[in-house]
Amino acid sequence: MQTKKIEIKGIKDGLLIKIGSGKWAKQEKALLEHINSQKDFFQGGRLALDVGNHILKAATLGALRDTLFDSDVKLWAILSDSPTTEKAAQALGLATRLTKPSPPQLRDRPSPAIRGEAALLVHRTFRSGQKVKHPSHIIILGDVNPGAEIIAGGSIIVWGHLRGVAHAGAEGDSKAVVCALDLSPTQLRIADRISVSPPGGKDVQPEVARLEDGQVVAHPWNQA
Amino acid sequence: MAAKIITITSGKGGVGKTTATANIGAALAKNGNKVACIDADIGLRNLDVVLGLENRIVYDLVDAVEGRCRLRQAMIRDKHIPGLFLIPSAQTRDKTAVSPSDMVRICDELRPDLDWILIDSPAGIERGFRNAIAPADEIIIITNPEISAVRDADRIIGLIEAEEKGPGQLIINRLDFKMVQQKNMISADDVVDLLAIELLGIVPEDKEVIISTNQGVPISTDDSSLAGRAFCNIARRLEGETVPFLDLEGSKGLLKRFTSIFGSGGN
Repeated sequence: MQTKKIEIKGIKDGLLIKIGSGKWAKQEKALLEHINSQKDFFQGGRLALDVGNHILKAATLGALRDTLFDSDVKLWAILSDSPTTEKAAQALGLATRLTKPSPPQLRDRPSPAIRGEAALLVHRTFRSGQKVKHPSHIIILGDVNPGAEIIAGGSIIVWGHLRGVAHAGAEGDSKAVVCALDLSPTQLRIADRISVSPPGGKDVQPEVARLEDGQVVAHPWNQA
Repeated sequence: MAAKIITITSGKGGVGKTTATANIGAALAKNGNKVACIDADIGLRNLDVVLGLENRIVYDLVDAVEGRCRLRQAMIRDKHIPGLFLIPSAQTRDKTAVSPSDMVRICDELRPDLDWILIDSPAGIERGFRNAIAPADEIIIITNPEISAVRDADRIIGLIEAEEKGPGQLIINRLDFKMVQQKNMISADDVVDLLAIELLGIVPEDKEVIISTNQGVPISTDDSSLAGRAFCNIARRLEGETVPFLDLEGSKGLLKRFTSIFGSGGN
């Protein structure tokens, strides 16, 4: 019986690809071909690899990690049934298990009187070169540094400094707002409008930016 | 003995990675440690020049990796400071000559006989950078008080965190206190505020550094130099000592913040 060569699954932390049994060289080739054939999909992605029973040395895993890196895919975990492979993966600083399963989702809907909307809550600082994109709202507990990008279908709330690029209402929602404790973005976009922070310093205070008559306008939080 | 492996990196070029590696290495060795400095900038070798050891190179890192020599043979002993060794990079090859797992292997082999291994990373975020950070126990990010360097440092910290090596410690190099006072340079506080990682040291701008670099004698061996003392303090902090930051005009917030807290409501 031939096992299916590649099985791809989306997980919380990127993608999980399961490698079938059969010669490793063949499987590896198939994997790389698959990734290269769908570059756009994999680019910038985080990849966990379930290698099953394959016994792999650190050199093999290291080489694979480097090859993947060249395609802009970050290999961060190796799942394996072989202790040798696990050890090799650990030597390379790769994780050997996926993070704890996320707790069961809250099934209870808020009472009909309170209509909640989905949002992505991220508890971290976004550094230069890091990016988050979400179809709904995005809430960030942390800073957004210059060179980082936050793109939301809805509104963006930053509990921290917003110094990077923020795009709220990325799919055209002109009612979206951007709030931050310190609203000093490199560039601020709401729907199809683009604005930049006025030059010169300002007092740091929480502000809300929204579209008013087609212009991006920021107000102090207590006057919004 | 089991050496601690520290990689010095920056993202941007020219901010002082090599100078810092040479000087911290020299300062650690001066304190009685056995230290190896590894130049991981394959193809752009220069740590040997800063240490004044260029004419002693017989074998290099790539020779050791590819088995043309034993690792010991690639280690060059410093002329002046006992306990300081250099493993030079190859000048005729490029970054692909070494892989991250090669670096891990080399460092594991060195670790038992040394106290510290310092790795001088190349600029950039590609293969050379990943070679340099692969074996690191700790990472030092060095930056200048310039927006461009700080931006790159921020990116590097993000990459290091993604590799689960982070967040690293920060050195701010070439701070000109006069310029900060005149508001022509961003202050150490601004840099630390943005990068939000632990500050390991501030090295003031000092023309003597250029002279010492050209002479191939690390400035941290010279007690009269301010930059040299800053590097020595960094080495002592790495060794676990609590060393106050140099009292330099303009570094408010580091020293003066304390005085303003403890002072009786002055200013």
